[in-house]
Amino acid sequence: MADFETPALREYPVIPVIVEGAMAHSSPYVAKPEHQEGVGFPGELVENWQEVAIKKLGELVDGSRALRVFLDTCVKCGACTDKCHYYLGTQDPLNMPVARQDLLRAVYRRYFTFAGKYFPKLVGAVDLTKEVLDQWYSYFHQCSQCRRCSVFCPYGIDTAEISMAAREILDVVGVGQKYCNEIITKLHKIGNNLGLPEKALANTLEGLEEDIKDDTGFDVRVPLDVKGADVLLITPSADFFAEPHIDGLIGYAKVFHQAGISWTVSSYASEAANFSMFIGSSDNLKKVAMRIRQAALELGVKRIVVGECGHAWRVAYSFWNTLIGPFDFLDKDFPVPQHIVEVTHDLLQRGAIKLDKEANDHRRITFHDSCNVARASNMGNIPGGQFILPRELLKASANNFFDMAPETIHQNTFCCGGGGGLLTDDLMELRVKGALPRMEALHQVVSEHDVNTMVAICAICKTQFAKVMPYYDLPMSMITSLHEVLGDALIMGGND
Amino acid sequence: MTLSVVYALVFYAAVIIFAVGVGRKIYIYAQTPAPLKIPTAPAPLTRTGVVWRILKEITIFESLFKSNKWIWIFGWLFHFGLLLVLLRHLRYFTEPVWFWVDLIQPFGKYASLAMIAGLGGLWARRFLVDRVRYISSLSDHLMLVLLLAIAISGAAMTFFVNVDIVGLKSFVMGMMYFDFQALPSSVILLIHLAMVMLLLVVFPVSKLLHAPGLFFAPTRNQVDDARKKRHTQGWSAK
Repeated sequence: MADFETPALREYPVIPVIVEGAMAHSSPYVAKPEHQEGVGFPGELVENWQEVAIKKLGELVDGSRALRVFLDTCVKCGACTDKCHYYLGTQDPLNMPVARQDLLRAVYRRYFTFAGKYFPKLVGAVDLTKEVLDQWYSYFHQCSQCRRCSVFCPYGIDTAEISMAAREILDVVGVGQKYCNEIITKLHKIGNNLGLPEKALANTLEGLEEDIKDDTGFDVRVPLDVKGADVLLITPSADFFAEPHIDGLIGYAKVFHQAGISWTVSSYASEAANFSMFIGSSDNLKKVAMRIRQAALELGVKRIVVGECGHAWRVAYSFWNTLIGPFDFLDKDFPVPQHIVEVTHDLLQRGAIKLDKEANDHRRITFHDSCNVARASNMGNIPGGQFILPRELLKASANNFFDMAPETIHQNTFCCGGGGGLLTDDLMELRVKGALPRMEALHQVVSEHDVNTMVAICAICKTQFAKVMPYYDLPMSMITSLHEVLGDALIMGGND
Repeated sequence: MTLSVVYALVFYAAVIIFAVGVGRKIYIYAQTPAPLKIPTAPAPLTRTGVVWRILKEITIFESLFKSNKWIWIFGWLFHFGLLLVLLRHLRYFTEPVWFWVDLIQPFGKYASLAMIAGLGGLWARRFLVDRVRYISSLSDHLMLVLLLAIAISGAAMTFFVNVDIVGLKSFVMGMMYFDFQALPSSVILLIHLAMVMLLLVVFPVSKLLHAPGLFFAPTRNQVDDARKKRHTQGWSAK
């Protein structure tokens, strides 16, 4: 195990006192030249980096109303200071949202505002030095862009926007983050984060079909590159091989099978994730998303459905229409894109699928709202649908459901600790500590209701929890895909 | 009389700096593109819903209420007090005084005390709460000092020191119609007015921009309709 202490669970969560510099050592690996170039950025720190960084900051501010307004309007009221899971878990004051923002704001003020140009000391404006750049690299990689602070800010300031901008500047001067940029490079080249080529994907899916057959006795297909299918499924590539993700994919396949919907996965666009959002790169964001439009056109599908993935659902729900729309070539009777939870929910309501709750009687379930689903999207086009639909599916699939404390779910949900491009082993300490608030809430329902299953609809959440739960004395098998639970309850057959 | 003219002229300058400065910022905010849909969810699904959301933010500070009851009570006391006090001050700019300004006069007088209490609470937090102490820069303290100086000098004139109100009103009306009148000779009034002018001048270059800024935050003012309506702006429109 790593050389840090897992934070102790507190019986009554109180706001911790600040410990300056507690996480100053935390920094992810810097991208190698080939990863930098793969996403269109210089391979190493450019010579005139200061000039380049300030120019980029100016361009970003000119191009984003959010960034400009957020940098101007903070009054330092302190409302956000106890809202970030990384602050709560590490006590480092620079993990308070306002302090994190101020790392960039201080430089913005110095070069772009009257007060900062002429009275820097007064307003806390600073020159962009190498130390400041290093601090950016460290602390803007301690933000999972979960937007919890933006819920509580009286001006709606969203630290995610600021950390995306900061990472973009870091990329432009040549100091990108290895984890994200390596993955995006693979995505551009091969079509998924794992670098899984078409052949391997085909083999995996075939194996999966055999597993389902052994398990259920039904010929459930997991089709690849089927032209003319109705539905193109875009799902995180972790669904193809990782646990517990893959059981979710089996669940989708069973639902499609049972509802008689023809569907396909694409080998060209075999990834829902779009890490370009994490690094704030609009060029990469669009380029990655464009693969999906192309796949949909080439396969001639009528609908696009997105699997269980948090930030991917944000990108799909909120950005796709902007980036790769209009979708006038798809069936207008369905929203584009549609979340798999929306599809299943609709089928259930129409009676097209049936569930047997008793099948899940061994499970005592709680649901973790993933931040990007909760605070950056919607489902079902009803207010708060992103909270309602998944819970309705779980309650229809199982008899034992228990929500965690209200201040830790819905829009108040705590990040798993691994979102926003931080799901890498070189940030293990941060990930474990950042999971503290969620683990505390989980422990509470475990002790009160004997909960043994936490369901999530995000590939990052699933991987992160499987990894950090053991640090908090919880079995990693607790984390489960929603469509695994649902698939287990799904009554198969009778539709042939 | 010289001092009165100087005050009047500086007042013009301050108002112009304020109006042009804030107007310029609003123009910049308005013309800066918002390329993507980023409302903080759950967000309203309709334009009417957005109006309601922002209305709640500017009247009852909904997000702040969810966030921290202490900041909320102090912040709300200050801002609501300020609103009443500002409305009460309309009596110096109107002849005859509008009836509703007369109506709120008794409340407006005590509202200054609410302002002082709110500002005092907010300032105390900057010393007492370690997290807030950490994020406070000198300007954050000075802004509170400035507002407190305005509130206290104003309240002092309301409750303790007699100032020639009639004379003040003729000075103000004179300024409005470019017919300079003498300012009543009262040190505390001169201080009060000087501080207000300073506030007007720093407004466009300080965090006081949170007032217009709130209306421009995409996290609060965007409708959650990304799938229904294609949104393109700035780089996303290219």
